[in-house]
Amino acid sequence: MSAAWEVVIGLEIHTQLATQSKIFSGASTAYGAAPNTQACLVDLGYPGVLPVLNEEVVRMACKFGLAVNATVAPRSVFARKNYFYPDLPKGYQISQYELPIVEHGELFITDEAGKEKRIGITRAHLEEDAGKSVHEGLDRHSGIDLNRAGTPLLEIVSEPDLRSAKEAVAYMRKIHTIVRYLGISDGNMQEGSFRCDANVSVRPRGQDTFGTRTEIKNLNSFRFVERAINFEIERQIDVLEDGGEVVQETRLYDSGRDETRSMRSKEEANDYRYFPDPDLLPVEISEEFIDGVRDTLPELPDDKRHRFIDDYGVKQDDAAILTASRALADYFEAAVAASEAKPQVVANWVIGDLSGALNKEGLEIEACRIPAEDLAGLIKRIQDNTISGKIAKEVFEAMWAGEGTADAVIEARGLKQITDSSAIEAIVDKVIADNPGQAEEYRAGKEKLIGFFVGQVMKETGGKANPGQVNAILRSKLK
Amino acid sequence: MSSNDLHTQGLTQLARGLENGGFTAVELVTALLDRVEAHDTELNAFITVTADTALQAAERADAERNKGETGVLNGLPLVHKDIFCTRGVLTTCGSRMLENFVSPYDATVVERLAGAGAVMLGKTNMDEFAMGSSNETSYFGPVKNPWDLTCSPGGSSGGSAASVAARIAPAATGTDTGGSIRQPAALTGTTGLKPTYGRVSRYGMIAFASSLDQAGVITRSAEDAALLLGVMAGFDVRDSTSIDHPVPDYLAGLGESLQGLRVGIVRQHFDAGLDAATGNAVRDALAVLEAQGASLTEVDLPNLDLSVPTYYVVAPAECSSNLSRFDGIRFGHRAGNPEDLLDMYCRSRGEGFGAEVKRRILTGTYVLSAGYYDAYYLKAQQVRQLIADDFREAFADVDVIAGPTAPAPAFRLGDKTDDPITMYLNDIYTIGANLAGLPGISIPCGFASELPVGLHLVGPHFGEEQLLRTAHQYQLQTDWHTRCPEGYA
Repeated sequence: MSAAWEVVIGLEIHTQLATQSKIFSGASTAYGAAPNTQACLVDLGYPGVLPVLNEEVVRMACKFGLAVNATVAPRSVFARKNYFYPDLPKGYQISQYELPIVEHGELFITDEAGKEKRIGITRAHLEEDAGKSVHEGLDRHSGIDLNRAGTPLLEIVSEPDLRSAKEAVAYMRKIHTIVRYLGISDGNMQEGSFRCDANVSVRPRGQDTFGTRTEIKNLNSFRFVERAINFEIERQIDVLEDGGEVVQETRLYDSGRDETRSMRSKEEANDYRYFPDPDLLPVEISEEFIDGVRDTLPELPDDKRHRFIDDYGVKQDDAAILTASRALADYFEAAVAASEAKPQVVANWVIGDLSGALNKEGLEIEACRIPAEDLAGLIKRIQDNTISGKIAKEVFEAMWAGEGTADAVIEARGLKQITDSSAIEAIVDKVIADNPGQAEEYRAGKEKLIGFFVGQVMKETGGKANPGQVNAILRSKLK
Repeated sequence: MSSNDLHTQGLTQLARGLENGGFTAVELVTALLDRVEAHDTELNAFITVTADTALQAAERADAERNKGETGVLNGLPLVHKDIFCTRGVLTTCGSRMLENFVSPYDATVVERLAGAGAVMLGKTNMDEFAMGSSNETSYFGPVKNPWDLTCSPGGSSGGSAASVAARIAPAATGTDTGGSIRQPAALTGTTGLKPTYGRVSRYGMIAFASSLDQAGVITRSAEDAALLLGVMAGFDVRDSTSIDHPVPDYLAGLGESLQGLRVGIVRQHFDAGLDAATGNAVRDALAVLEAQGASLTEVDLPNLDLSVPTYYVVAPAECSSNLSRFDGIRFGHRAGNPEDLLDMYCRSRGEGFGAEVKRRILTGTYVLSAGYYDAYYLKAQQVRQLIADDFREAFADVDVIAGPTAPAPAFRLGDKTDDPITMYLNDIYTIGANLAGLPGISIPCGFASELPVGLHLVGPHFGEEQLLRTAHQYQLQTDWHTRCPEGYA
């Protein structure tokens, strides 16, 4: 990217709230049901039906507002956004417009220079999702599935504070972490529970006013966000450097071709004719309600990360990884408590072998096969010299494969470390006798060969000898 | 009393007859279905007659009464305006758009009345989507006024009013967005009550203008209206705008005298726009109230002249959005062989809606558009607040405000259809109560050119008891409400 241009990005993130029922009806929000089986008369927009606000969504929006240090509005108003589309049953979407429930928030990301950077959150408002149009496999017809219609969404709008695709992704990840910490969204991006629109513009570095922006719609993975924004930045710079002008428009990202394409221009944009929904009363939130919600807030990711660094002495980068998900952080803390080992040792296991095993199978920590207490049991056996670090990896594999606790695996496989020095001495003697040439060279000063001898002894013992002991005995016998 | 004159009785009287065993619900319903048969061809008050289910419901009511388990409306027949959703029954809203729409559920009003034992005889004709003041915008043709078949019964609840006036049904439900219960009640010599906004649930009532719509009743007397309101009123969890306010026993207070009642008179109500004979009938009615111990005071509603223009911004705005759901996709009329989606939308709506509905959708779309919202919609909401404030100040000094319901008696069908503004002005006295969310009642108070005249009473929020008492006391002194159009006795 040219150093002459500055990039300006703002994100609108749509988070599906994890309620049991829809925002304005009692229908279930569960994902994956047969089409149109989870849409009641209210969701279908039948004549005469009326929306009734699900109080849980207010509580969830309020939680989010408090978590990003925002103002929770004492009075917010639902408005109708009017447009026609087959998967929009009422011909309008109930959303919030002039008076959103959350305003003036902020969060902090680590920018590309490694410095902490504040990103403003303009607002977050509640709205209902639309249904889904289905165009495939219906023989020149289009189908409509209204299961998703009326699903509660929190739309989180950032200030145009982001200056690169990487920052945008860091911000989006941070929001993702926060909503999952709060338990207000499952954040499942494949199912569309967490997606965003990116507003992107560029301007000559040093210019105060913003360049003309384009909006890239419906990005549903962190990778796509980064690639779509980078494509769009390059495209806009090319247009401007060729003497052209960026057109204000909505664009779609095609992940197959890795490019954005024009969807509709500003002129073609709908006039949504927003007005307050007369079927719903303004949402009034008392101080008591907010205090009640505040009491239920969990420890937030930034606080947890600092605590891991300060209280556990975990490395900064590791603390960031461990606190990226609340469940992972909880797992780590449970393992630390049960193992009595140094927290960094536990962190190494959690971030290393355990995360590796999870990633290999595409599992989240919630689906981990080894309970934190069992991982702690394994670490304990390293600490008390029952097994070596190397053998521990084998034990871990076996535990992952479902062979039981560390102790059970060690017992069943006979992996207990040999610490009896007379037994080790006998093997050392044999190894030296079997390799007279190497022993000669060692004695002549080629001390690097100690590694060869340790290796041979370990091979003889099936890795079970205590490496420290082997080393010491070898050195004394080879003198 | 023989079953030949059951139709002449009002609800309260019929309730006593059923209770005393003078006749059965089946006899009553049969007699009234005969009335439908005999008179509806000329009146066109019904869109659907539910004879079979009515007789079944009447049988159930009789069986329940024999077991001693009776709701307060057990076996009492009534008709529903076709704006209320009725499960398994055609619910058209007077529109081609819903010509074949069978509702899968009951409106709260329908459910509550049926729950108390009421028997639905059928669904009544109305202006399309309740948009009209003459019943002439109905896709199913205009309703005739039983007092003069060449005249309109008013609207939009014209079928409900005509069926009660013609002694086909003792009572009817209606809805009132700008006067749609009270104006037809006035034009047909019936009693029409529009409760406080939020008093009765709007769930299942097909929305025209959500912030103004309110369900109510058309009956032969204030006492009958009180009986029905007691059943219909009350909070409904399915309607967030219904108000959780205790429901009093509306019948209990009817007997108190009007001694000390403070009646407010609005001078503008009696200016040049009012038909002279109508004005005389209303002034006579005020004198009757005064003779009963009420005091008359002039009150000022300075912004009242803005109510019609305000209404015709707010109501179309809401209607333009409320009627967006009629898109031909899930229910209602869908144009044949659409070329594409836009064609399907345009022709389904173009064919399904009539001219007045289209006029209001276009007006509403315009006033909400970017660049016009502030000048129209927002301004109208501000004026609406001023009008509500005027009423609040007036009610600091008076208990009810009295005046004419409509500027003139029933007009001839076809007379105003070419001039929407003149038609809109028919609601000039009633619209204020909708904008301010206040209860209002129209009761018969005389005749002008041999057609009924209505006295309009408006009360403060939740002032239904006072309105019903005033109306009832007036009806004890007068017999206008018992007058029957010729040929329907």
